[in-house]
Amino acid sequence: MRRLLFLTATLIAVVCGGAVSITRAAPPHFEVMLLGFDAARHLLSRTGFAATPAEIDTFSRLTREQAVERLLAATDKPRVTPPPAWVTEPVTPASQVRTMSVEERQAWQRRNVARGLEMRGWWLQEMVATPSPLTEKMALFWHNHFVSSQQKVRQPQYLYRQNVLLREHALGSFGHFLQAIARDPAMVIYLDNASNRKGQPNENFAREVMELFTLGEGQYSERDIKEAARAFTGWSIDGEKGEFLFRSLAHDDGEKAVLGSIGNFDGDAVLDILLAQPQTAEFIVRKLWREFVSPEPDAVEVKRVANAFRDSRYDIRVALRALLNSDAFYAPKYRAALVKSPVDLVVGTLRQFQFTTTDVQPFALTVAQLGQNLFAPPNVKGWPGGEAWINSTTLLARKQFLDRLFNASDMRPAMMLAAPPLANQAVQGAPINAMRQRLMRAMAEIQFDSHGWLQRAGNEPAQLQRVVLAMAPQHALPATATGIDVIRRLTQDPVYQLK
Amino acid sequence: MNRRDFLSATAASSVLAWLPQPALAAVDYRKLLILIELKGGNDGLNTVIPYADAQYAALRPHIAVARDQVLQLDEFTGLNPSLSSLMPLWKAGELGVVQGVGYPAGNLSHFRSIEIWETASKSNEYLQEGWLTRAFDQSPVPRTYAADAVVVGSPEVGPFAGNGTRTIALTNTEQFLQQARLAVGAGQAHNRALSHILRVENDIVQAAANLNTNHVFRTAFPQTGFGNAVRTASQVIASKAGVAAIKLSLNGFDTHSGQTGTHTNLLKTLADGLAALKAALSELGRWDDTLIATYAEFGRRPRENASGGTDHGTANAHFVLGGAVKGGLYGARPAFDRLDGNGNLPFAVDFRSIYATVLERWWGVSAVAAMRGRFTTLDVLKA
Repeated sequence: MRRLLFLTATLIAVVCGGAVSITRAAPPHFEVMLLGFDAARHLLSRTGFAATPAEIDTFSRLTREQAVERLLAATDKPRVTPPPAWVTEPVTPASQVRTMSVEERQAWQRRNVARGLEMRGWWLQEMVATPSPLTEKMALFWHNHFVSSQQKVRQPQYLYRQNVLLREHALGSFGHFLQAIARDPAMVIYLDNASNRKGQPNENFAREVMELFTLGEGQYSERDIKEAARAFTGWSIDGEKGEFLFRSLAHDDGEKAVLGSIGNFDGDAVLDILLAQPQTAEFIVRKLWREFVSPEPDAVEVKRVANAFRDSRYDIRVALRALLNSDAFYAPKYRAALVKSPVDLVVGTLRQFQFTTTDVQPFALTVAQLGQNLFAPPNVKGWPGGEAWINSTTLLARKQFLDRLFNASDMRPAMMLAAPPLANQAVQGAPINAMRQRLMRAMAEIQFDSHGWLQRAGNEPAQLQRVVLAMAPQHALPATATGIDVIRRLTQDPVYQLK
Repeated sequence: MNRRDFLSATAASSVLAWLPQPALAAVDYRKLLILIELKGGNDGLNTVIPYADAQYAALRPHIAVARDQVLQLDEFTGLNPSLSSLMPLWKAGELGVVQGVGYPAGNLSHFRSIEIWETASKSNEYLQEGWLTRAFDQSPVPRTYAADAVVVGSPEVGPFAGNGTRTIALTNTEQFLQQARLAVGAGQAHNRALSHILRVENDIVQAAANLNTNHVFRTAFPQTGFGNAVRTASQVIASKAGVAAIKLSLNGFDTHSGQTGTHTNLLKTLADGLAALKAALSELGRWDDTLIATYAEFGRRPRENASGGTDHGTANAHFVLGGAVKGGLYGARPAFDRLDGNGNLPFAVDFRSIYATVLERWWGVSAVAAMRGRFTTLDVLKA
């Protein structure tokens, strides 16, 4: 039953041809310009997770366009990790929740928490195992855009279904995506639209759809929000079935004025008005820029990509192509400009070094301890990311995690598990403790074949450095360092926190 | 030169000199602030009890503290009997009790409401930085300090969130020093992200170099998780290089069912821990220049629920204590006749008034920027 899970699925295909790299030395008049090693590494670490030497080598022999098309084509591949069995169970009907005794309710909440942890484990495992890291990157990008949290939504089936929806639309039409997310039960619950009724509007969804999903702050008035909220009245859920339900009796079908347009708008009409604003394309592209390129978007480039995005009727692939095929994306000043998220650090390390383990799911807890609790972003704005990922606690926790992985320390595993990362209600204790136990076992038995890996990666310190780090290390390797010692030093270097 | 250095340099030079400033004493971070978060939302009404209000007992037929059990503070208000360790402080005039603390449009979600408290935001705005991060940004803590702030026993840095504050989170000082061996903290970088990481690493190194693990206290610390946190905090305070602020937390106040036993234990744990903290601070000669304040995401609903517990509420009672505190009752008694549609209390004191008091009256730091507006300060400190 203990099936060995291969953490990276894609590495077997190509045998790395040693450490020889193809650099992009070709002068501009050459028709075919290949990426070369460093650019390929950059592309893979930004669009996915830290790549193996073999993966980098494969991509180094492609042109920019070929590389991006290959990444996009891979997103059509199906998921490889089966979800927990309960995801297809119907949600507990609201009427049943209301009549639960104290004990029943506690048991129900405990089950929700336990399942939420399983769901985090499922996603983490998929990120580690997927042949298409870009799929996971984009699903996570949208999870942090169309935020919903289990802390409020509670029943994990809702969030699983939302995750499936994020994947379905992640590289499709942003317009269709927006319409779907506005009807997504998890979102309806998370932003209180179930209580948005004619005569008693709840503005939460209307505010966030403008501020966080489309236009960005300052591009609308409070009046626009009030009017838009009326258009979304009646967009509710059927609490018995757990499905979206339009309650026509609760809908206000009167005239509304939103961003200069007047009419008897319903929710879809308001979404169309938002999509017609040029700010929407720019707002999304700026966010894509911060995810893929650098913390500070370049206004000219954003405009160019946003125009292409809007002209394509919001085809997300078009925006990605325009962004990833640009000179700006590969500009030296943006290399190593981004801080790795906890997911980047944990998943990237497990993938790049091809760790093997029988149980990768509890690493979702590590990711949470480092500040990225999947399915539970801190608030509707999502994780702020960037430098905010790094403080004294998280930096030491990152270093200690890496130290433990590469087995250089005699610290007891319990110490890295001392602080509970999740909510503090007593009801959550038992399932989290169980997951913590699993993490301790997983940390104890996880394997790194340093000998084989070093052979494949090339063994030569200067080349290892180019595989492992996005730029030269802060602390230069001593001339005497070899083998696993090089890896330990590089992964403890501050530059390892960058991508 | 990083942003903090820049700010400290400009503060000293002309940029701020011509701005109208409220009359403040010189900024003094030798005065210590200790924040204690009561996680889960402490039931203020069974902590600071309006025992003489008939509605109190009427709203809580099963969980009200009996009138004859209450530790009376005056003819109307008293403390829960499990807070008996605080009574010597009350009698010494070193315990302030602020009733009716809250904010407009109170949010009833744990996560959201604690974020509002810790960032000192309005109910409908989302801020990234903690309120003390903004304060330290404006008036930096001296670089010679071991750290700006230490958070004990929780990885959540709360009021110190955001860039720029040198905050160290630790569970015990020995363990921190062991972990800190992984930090090297050398050099500078042009890359902005890298320079942030180097700065944090340097902060760890500086804190590790300046924190004690070996001060021997005569004080007997309670054998509880909170007692250990108080011991760790005392150890940090005993270090030669100071810190400006420390945050401790006590978990488990989300008492939706069977509240009485749990709450009694929690309050005893809190009071015994505070009494030990006072003893340790007195040993170190720091009691008179330490201000301790409690906070929580919200209070609890006046009417008990059907499970012998209480649900999420709004206005709450909080403590301020220390040798410099002017003991007594502040704020307003619970107005049971003015409950809102959810059955929750109106607030009387905005929590940002307490923060403004800390900033302006305790440290001599202008509160306007950190609070993003003006809030009346409370007269809870000795002149």
